[in-house]
Amino acid sequence: MREAASKKHYRKERIDRGIKARSDDIYALVSYKEMWYLLFPRLIPVAGLALAAFFLPLYWQKVLVTTCIFAMLAVSWDFLSSCGMLSLGQALFFGVGSYTAGALNHYLHLPIYVTIPVATLLGGVISTVILLPVIRLRGVYFAMVTLILPLMLMRLIEATKILGGTEGITGLSPFPHTWVEITFILAGMWAALFGLRRFIASDYGLIFVSIRDNDRATMASGINIYAFKAQALFIGSCICAFCGAFMTHLYMFTGMPVFAMEFSILPIAASAIGGMGTLAGPLLGAFILVPLSELLREFGSLRIVFYGLILVICVVGLPEGIFHYLSRKYNEMERWVEIE
Amino acid sequence: MLVYGLINSAVLALMALGFNLTFGISGVANFAYGAIYVVAGFITWSFIEKLHFPYVASAALTIVLVGIFGVYLYKFILKRIRGLVISEVIATFAVSLVILELLRYIGFIGFRYSLPVFIEGSVEIMGAYVDAQRLLIIAFGILVLFALYLFTRHTKMGLAFRAIAQEEHTSLSLGINPDKIASWSMGMGCALGAFAAIVILPLGTITVDSGYDVLIDALSVCIVGGLGSTFGVIIASFIIGYAQTLTATYISSHYTMIVSLVAILIILAVKPSGLLGHQKELEERV
Repeated sequence: MREAASKKHYRKERIDRGIKARSDDIYALVSYKEMWYLLFPRLIPVAGLALAAFFLPLYWQKVLVTTCIFAMLAVSWDFLSSCGMLSLGQALFFGVGSYTAGALNHYLHLPIYVTIPVATLLGGVISTVILLPVIRLRGVYFAMVTLILPLMLMRLIEATKILGGTEGITGLSPFPHTWVEITFILAGMWAALFGLRRFIASDYGLIFVSIRDNDRATMASGINIYAFKAQALFIGSCICAFCGAFMTHLYMFTGMPVFAMEFSILPIAASAIGGMGTLAGPLLGAFILVPLSELLREFGSLRIVFYGLILVICVVGLPEGIFHYLSRKYNEMERWVEIE
Repeated sequence: MLVYGLINSAVLALMALGFNLTFGISGVANFAYGAIYVVAGFITWSFIEKLHFPYVASAALTIVLVGIFGVYLYKFILKRIRGLVISEVIATFAVSLVILELLRYIGFIGFRYSLPVFIEGSVEIMGAYVDAQRLLIIAFGILVLFALYLFTRHTKMGLAFRAIAQEEHTSLSLGINPDKIASWSMGMGCALGAFAAIVILPLGTITVDSGYDVLIDALSVCIVGGLGSTFGVIIASFIIGYAQTLTATYISSHYTMIVSLVAILIILAVKPSGLLGHQKELEERV
């Protein structure tokens, strides 16, 4: 008894900062300090990446562009999964966008500032129409359809030799300058991230989240969930199609590799590491994974081994994701208090 | 051709059974299955060529080793993320990446990596010459099926397997530890994969890339047949096996993969639980 009294015991107390009102994304701000407190974590990455692009050597500028493409794919994946559609085939949307841009440029000789917007919209429409018959499927069944489709399209192109067959379409028009590439993709990425975050938080976006949480209850509220799912699919696939079209012009090439598993797996891995359901988490995950795999390139084929190990450790050790963890730490005050 | 279709079907069934067992019992989609298949081949090869073990002993040792590996894979990794479907898929797929690429890095590539056949020679059936090994595959397929049937219906462990597949919480209240049983099912699934590898691999060389193909084949058979249904797997492997053989003979071997993929798509769109899957209409679509 005396021992317990002489030794002081502490516990960690965690308190949310007092600026949250009603929900996670509505705040009651009373001072500039609090406004800056919210603005900082949003401004720093935007400004930081724009600045970093200036100082990076050419090679890492290219890595930055690739990273942004994967980050957009991951954001789009997270958006789809927020709407209850688990996609294992971002490569489908990506590939459709890429082939559309490639075909428009190669066969119709359209300039680059036409092909990218057209491929974005047209790719979104095509992907949505392809997936319309299975829009009723849920969960893992929808996931398997999306996993199979890019594989099938790849084999179909290989077998029928349309659109360049195994060779692909080469010699497409490039971007005028590296700066155009970087500005373009950074703008696209931030627009997709903040636009979708705002969209999900709106009343209209709430319906999408409610479909994920309980689709039958949503139906019972008199909402046509198929129309909403199709819209979500269109938005998500438009973003991926944009990435595809961008990548096509970046490498001046489109071909079977655009349906590769890499484009499906990496966004999911990024979301799993970064934290699902936040849209910013997958972006963070992509910005960890892609440069990391680039750093490990000198290890040759051992690179994928490290990569897989990191993935396993992250998924097992931090199941909620990095972003959830960071934002919790940022939004709460911790202090040690004495236990009486 | 009829005979080759039959053999193709038996190969597919053997590949799919291990995957199906793990998924059916514990609900874990083991994406490391293809890697385990390849690893089993290389372990057997090392036992025979490097340590000069007799064939039967090295095969048995491999099956046991791979089974233990499966159990520990569950205990250390899957147990912690059970129920998070995406995490499970990512973790097992990452494990498969680690294994396969590590093998590639160490340098297990080339024609010398092939297992000896069990029996030399070939037999003539209905005007077609068939290797004895291919006939053995059919025989072993039937044997495994029979053993599995006996195991799941007439042993205590097998009954516990089926119990946690049906209702995990109730079986917990009856003194069955779901985690233990699930880890055993994972181990057995892996051991079945190893068995399939040892039986099938003597037909060709062991390559790292075949790991990915095996995974896709096993997945497609399981989806068409209905995930978790053993009888469905048999029927599905016949359908896909014959469909592949037919397209390879009459159209072009380019289209064989497309056939199985189209089969999956049609099944998923029309009846997502597969031909003989459990009827859970509302789980699948709304």
